[in-house]
Amino acid sequence: MTHLKTKHRLATDKAMLWMVCLFAALTAVPLLAILGEVLLRGYDQLSWSFFTEPTPTAYRAMKAIEAGDPIPGGIANGIIGTMIMLGMAAIVAVPTGILCGAFLAENPKRRFSQTVSYLTDLLQGTPSVIIGIVTYVWIVVPMRGYSAIAGSVALFIMMLPLVIRSTEETLKILPTSLKEAGLALGSNRARVMLKVQLPAAFGGIFTGVLLAISRVIGETAPLMFTALGCSFIRFAIDKPISAVPLLIWEFFNDPNLQELIWGASLFLLLFVLILNLTAKYLAKKWNQ
Amino acid sequence: MEPIKPILEFKKTCVSYTKQTMAVKYVSATIDRNTITAIMGPSGCGKSTLLRAVNLMHNLYPNIRVDGEILLNGENILSMEPIDVRRRVGMVFQRPAPFPTMSIWDNVLSGYALNGIRLSKTEKNETVERCLKSVALWDEVKDVLNKKGTFLSGGQQQRLCIARALAMQPDVLLMDEPTSALDPIATAHIEELMQELQREVTILIVTHNMGQAMRISSKSMFMYLGELVEYGDTETMFSNPSDERTRAYLTGKMG
Repeated sequence: MTHLKTKHRLATDKAMLWMVCLFAALTAVPLLAILGEVLLRGYDQLSWSFFTEPTPTAYRAMKAIEAGDPIPGGIANGIIGTMIMLGMAAIVAVPTGILCGAFLAENPKRRFSQTVSYLTDLLQGTPSVIIGIVTYVWIVVPMRGYSAIAGSVALFIMMLPLVIRSTEETLKILPTSLKEAGLALGSNRARVMLKVQLPAAFGGIFTGVLLAISRVIGETAPLMFTALGCSFIRFAIDKPISAVPLLIWEFFNDPNLQELIWGASLFLLLFVLILNLTAKYLAKKWNQ
Repeated sequence: MEPIKPILEFKKTCVSYTKQTMAVKYVSATIDRNTITAIMGPSGCGKSTLLRAVNLMHNLYPNIRVDGEILLNGENILSMEPIDVRRRVGMVFQRPAPFPTMSIWDNVLSGYALNGIRLSKTEKNETVERCLKSVALWDEVKDVLNKKGTFLSGGQQQRLCIARALAMQPDVLLMDEPTSALDPIATAHIEELMQELQREVTILIVTHNMGQAMRISSKSMFMYLGELVEYGDTETMFSNPSDERTRAYLTGKMG
């Protein structure tokens, strides 16, 4: 009797294990399917010129298609635009976010920091299209034109809560003894934060910044209202500028350029994957 | 300064975490210069709380109140700036806490870096060598000063933390169960070291280990439920305690 019961229990255990493994494996299916699709359709478009040349005009693309040649040109204008806007957004968002996160981690019980913390959550949940339209009213209208500046402001707003959160969380898991040891030497809180706590939290914060970048790099909606797009390579920050996700949308809307969608998508996807893997690797290394 | 004068004096010192309860109740005691005083008692008796009052650690947490007086060289600590007090009163924690991003060298000098005090290259060399020698770590680490402090063993890390505190040349060194996370050999090293150190600094040590108190301290405090039950020569207290509660604790019937 008892023997049978034991056998039954072991069998249930095994069945459950298989079920859990099965569903765990299923979660990987969408990612692998997306990666496979983009890879298969896009790999043959990647070439040196794809990264160094700007988008071709519809006419040049049409001629090439008629002649049976591959479409000339690439997405260099988009890559450069994305880098410029991300760089400007990160330069402002990283220090601001770290200072804000440090404040929240140090003063968790203050009314003010609880309010800020709540607002950070709300900002993180704000739809990106709304951030885009508001930035349009704030920056594009007064400046009388779309610009890289406006685009980077939108991306800055989207990155900020992510940097704040990762800084706060990382600082909170540091042992209190570290902070107390610093203060016990007669230092003030600002110095201990700058020289002891933030360096000790560097790995976690850096990981958070990489994840924030990978989260906003694919944002399309807010850039439509702010950066607009541009078909040639440009470094001016007060003029409309292109971005990789914007290009994907433009290629989709132009029958002559549709071939380029997949190359651009593959680039974006691989870039995000590499950022994520780097972040994972750093987090692991930092935890050792 | 005349050496007879007590370096530290508690006068009706009270610490409370909440309005209703006191963790330390009206403790009065004088600590002599260049001695080791052990604070003993069962868990939760307020011994760490009393120790942390001396370098104003409680100021970090707004709900904690400290009342009464604590005199350092005759000056009331409680009305001084924390950063001034903490430069004269060093602290070593239960778990070794070398700064993880700093090298051994930088850890020893961290007190200066954290206070924005610039030292010349020779001053730095001297300080590092002197402090690491006084904690008997110099011979073990002199070739790896650029390595991170966290590469050392637990006992070595704790000695590094003591060196870091000594570098600021404090008058008083507070030690909060400094050997409870260490193995017996490392513990023996640190005890030996404390005997040496009392020549330059007055040590106040919280310990759970009665044997340790007996081995190293000249005077002992026994605390129970926040009160200072008994304070006197360690030998007398261990051989002939005057309070029944002390006797019960020392014979293992309590705590």
